[in-house]
Amino acid sequence: MNLAGATAQFTELLLALLLAPLLTGWVNQCRAWLQNRSAPGLLQPYRVLAKLFEKEVVLAHNASPLFRSAPYLIFGCLALAAAIVPTLSTGLPLNAAADAIALVGLLALARFFIALAGMDVGTSFGTLGARREMMVGFLAEPALLMVLFTASLISQSSSLSTIVDALGHREFVIYPSMAFAGVAFTMVSLAENARIPVDNPATHLELTMIHEAMVLEYSGRHLAMIEWASSLKLFVYSCMGLALFFPFGIAQGGDWLGIVLALPVLVLKLAAGGAALAVIEMMSAKMRIFRAPEFLGTAFLLAVLAMLVHVLLEA
Amino acid sequence: MLQHYGPQVINLLAAILLLLAFAMLSQRRILSLINLFAAQGLVLFLATALVAALTAQSHLYWSAGLTLLLKVLLLPWILHRLIRRLNVKWDVETLINIPTTMLIGIVLVILAFNLAAPISQLAGTVTRSTLGIAMASVLLSFLMMITRSKAVPQVVGFLAMENGLFFAATAAVYGMPMVVELGVALDVLVASLILGVFLFQIRERFDSVDTRHLEKLKEH
Repeated sequence: MNLAGATAQFTELLLALLLAPLLTGWVNQCRAWLQNRSAPGLLQPYRVLAKLFEKEVVLAHNASPLFRSAPYLIFGCLALAAAIVPTLSTGLPLNAAADAIALVGLLALARFFIALAGMDVGTSFGTLGARREMMVGFLAEPALLMVLFTASLISQSSSLSTIVDALGHREFVIYPSMAFAGVAFTMVSLAENARIPVDNPATHLELTMIHEAMVLEYSGRHLAMIEWASSLKLFVYSCMGLALFFPFGIAQGGDWLGIVLALPVLVLKLAAGGAALAVIEMMSAKMRIFRAPEFLGTAFLLAVLAMLVHVLLEA
Repeated sequence: MLQHYGPQVINLLAAILLLLAFAMLSQRRILSLINLFAAQGLVLFLATALVAALTAQSHLYWSAGLTLLLKVLLLPWILHRLIRRLNVKWDVETLINIPTTMLIGIVLVILAFNLAAPISQLAGTVTRSTLGIAMASVLLSFLMMITRSKAVPQVVGFLAMENGLFFAATAAVYGMPMVVELGVALDVLVASLILGVFLFQIRERFDSVDTRHLEKLKEH
């Protein structure tokens, strides 16, 4: 690993860590505007994180070491995922660490630990949330894999970096299969990030909540890590979507000018993506939990259709 | 530019047509079903107009115009009026539940793609690869007609099937002769009017538009 590559990789990771709460704040702001509320300020997620890091940790008596270490494990998984997804440039040192399939595995690992931590203390709410999360997860994962397989079939590689190179830097071709994959990916990321049709991110006290039910027992710096990790998750999914479906503007490896130029493009794309997310959330009502399998089943079928269409039209 | 990206855009429109066919299959509300049907008509119009521009076949412009007039404007309007007068805006009844229907739909798509593969290798048109999609949307609309118990979705399924057939004709042989196309368009229009009258008769008789009541017509 040379020094230039390491610097670029480190910049990308640092950027992901710093930008992720901003993206969450931006989505909240857009949603508040659409609901005719006054928005809580773009920097609110940073203030919440700073406040939580200062507060003391309150632990349940029967909390195991797993409960205490889980936030750091989850944060670590998602930070690694953020480093692997090409946001500014392709061909970075860590891109080779995991291909698209391993990336899905990494996200699954984070989910596994958060579900275990939810069940650890033994409150009924945590167990409930963990079970629901695993149900959503096991339905969303195959759909996500199918979307990534479609992109892999087009670019003949399962490495995200190579996929971006193939889609973004060769001659522009319209891929009809990516239209299907795009719809499927949007549905999967709504479900995975606990967004409106599946879960409500704006509530802490509701019988139907999924993500918030699992982290109900956390406080202080543990909660801060979890909140930061869920911002990172949204960031990772957004960047993965942008890399797969709008790969324009991402620099090729070693192109320093390209990396500098890629930053404003990335911020613009994320802003547009966040606004689109807020619009989707405004347009839809939260589903009953038992409708989630149908929702995610549709996502899976669309992803399978994307592969079929690729075989028919593009092979 | 047009010659280069034209076929790609037609492929994209074909894919959207298939996507809309699936959306119709999974739709529970009659109102959205009709809007999806109108959207499918619009995509069909764009695809036909693009094929016309690519191949310089002037009669295809006529059929594109006919599609726009009939399937995007007139038929959805008739259907909207129909459901307003029948007062049925909701439809939750499917004979098989929706995920199963979608799975059967995927099987049908694979079948259609396999069936169309040898045919499209023989064809020399720029749109030959979309034949599989056209066949798939015909089969999916047919599936929708079978799995719905209310009459209005069945009518929409019938009309969507005609959309698929029309697209198949455009994809395989650049459209049918003008006389045939006019005849089919008129047939569809008349059929939808007759089916409208038919629906009112069903409702008069049974106070509902559930076609399962028709099974009890025989005298005991």
